[in-house]
Amino acid sequence: MSMRGARPLHPARWLGIPLLVCIAATIVFSAPLRLWGLQLPEPVFAMVPAFAWALIRPSILAPFAILVLGLFLDLFWGGPTGLWGLSLLVAYAMVLIARNMMTGQSRPMMWAWFAGVTAVAMIAGFLFSMLDSLAMPSLLAVFWQFLATALLFPFAHRLVDRFDDADVRFR
Amino acid sequence: MPFHEGPLGDLKVPLTWTAAVALIVAIVIAVAFLLADRRETLQDHAYGVTRQTVDVVSKPVSGAIAAPGRWTGLGLDYVRSYFFTASENRRLKAEVAEMRQWRDRALSLQDTNDRYKALLGLRTDPPIPMASARVVSDSRGPFANTRLADAGSEKGVLVGNPVLNERGLVGRVVGVSRGVSRVLLLTDIASRTPVMIDRTNARAILTGDGGPNPKLEYLRGVDPIREGDRVVTSGDGGVVPRGLPVGAAVKGLDGRWRVVLFADDAAIDFVRILLFKDFAQLADEKQLQTRSLPPVTTEDPKTSILSAPAPVTRPPAAPTATTPRRVSPPRPAAAGPTPTPASAPAGAPQ
Repeated sequence: MSMRGARPLHPARWLGIPLLVCIAATIVFSAPLRLWGLQLPEPVFAMVPAFAWALIRPSILAPFAILVLGLFLDLFWGGPTGLWGLSLLVAYAMVLIARNMMTGQSRPMMWAWFAGVTAVAMIAGFLFSMLDSLAMPSLLAVFWQFLATALLFPFAHRLVDRFDDADVRFR
Repeated sequence: MPFHEGPLGDLKVPLTWTAAVALIVAIVIAVAFLLADRRETLQDHAYGVTRQTVDVVSKPVSGAIAAPGRWTGLGLDYVRSYFFTASENRRLKAEVAEMRQWRDRALSLQDTNDRYKALLGLRTDPPIPMASARVVSDSRGPFANTRLADAGSEKGVLVGNPVLNERGLVGRVVGVSRGVSRVLLLTDIASRTPVMIDRTNARAILTGDGGPNPKLEYLRGVDPIREGDRVVTSGDGGVVPRGLPVGAAVKGLDGRWRVVLFADDAAIDFVRILLFKDFAQLADEKQLQTRSLPPVTTEDPKTSILSAPAPVTRPPAAPTATTPRRVSPPRPAAAGPTPTPASAPAGAPQ
């Protein structure tokens, strides 16, 4: 029997490259463009790896990669430092706890799970932001960002599909 | 030597538990970052070297990414101007005719204003220098609304400087590095700007919430605002100069007064940074400190009472019905030098 499937997954492949792609996508979508009075949406691309990494396998490096992504978002967007790091880690922890329920479900169901986890991250960001700034963010603005982020599920699905069976020990 | 060939190569740890520990450690670090953050204070020292470094690195990257979009916009403008030249010409002619009337009125008002200032000896605010900048990145989320502008400390930009576009106030500078500044928009959740309603002079605080229309809070006065009222900066507190256009008042769906920002009507790629300091800071501090004040004199009882020159005695006025005669009390026996009757009034301290 071949032991090729048991070969450890290299972190650069399943952590490093998605992390860099998320950073690049965030920078591209921050371009100051306006078409017919409308601006580009601002989805949280970091939700894609936060969801997928927890599903692929438990990892020691993944939480720190998510923390780095969150800190980048805070510094690049000019928000409170630690806000997105903490919100994404809350979402990651939720997926990690519920991964046994999620694995093997249909694509629409997984999309619903992704939307739910995104909602948890947005609610966490809303609450942490309230505590930090002592003011309530606009619920409508939160909803638009949630909607734009929930539409990113196909990327998360592809990432899970790509690496889910890469290491047979985590089947 | 690879790790798995070493003495610890056979060490097995439960991955789930170690992953959980790693997650908890990462959460603790994130909480520490959030607690240590002082972004909402909008102070220079709160911005930090890390943010400045990220801004400096982001500027060329975001600038390069924004360039194709800018070129596309310029190309579309060129094509549009080619196809719609005739209608544009008609519109501009009508606008020029209207503007001529406004110009004549402005000149007349300027003349009147100058005469009033001369009559009153009024000291007006000094002109404010500006720095132009191009926006290279724009964050629009519910928790952070900022822009990165490509002008920084080399152009004299300081933390707190107001930022405008061609229509109105955009926000203010919260971080400055060499060649780049971070602008906190009026819509950011941490933004607070003192404003007033142009029609009634009613004061309010413009408070961002991450949405496109910031709220008007602490609105004072009886019937202070109506739909469509123009909102301008009040200059209170010296954060921004008075009279900068901000937007128009609207009633929000939640029943609160909000502002549709004038700045949203214009393109977002160019801004002007007002190199404004609080006008109170422009006074010559040295001159204020060296101003000569009248000397403070204290009363010396001996010199003021005992050696005071005797006043000229006047004959007592004849008593009338309206001025009752005052009866002097008996003079006490003097222990010291005998004063003159006029310089030692009854009850005077000896």
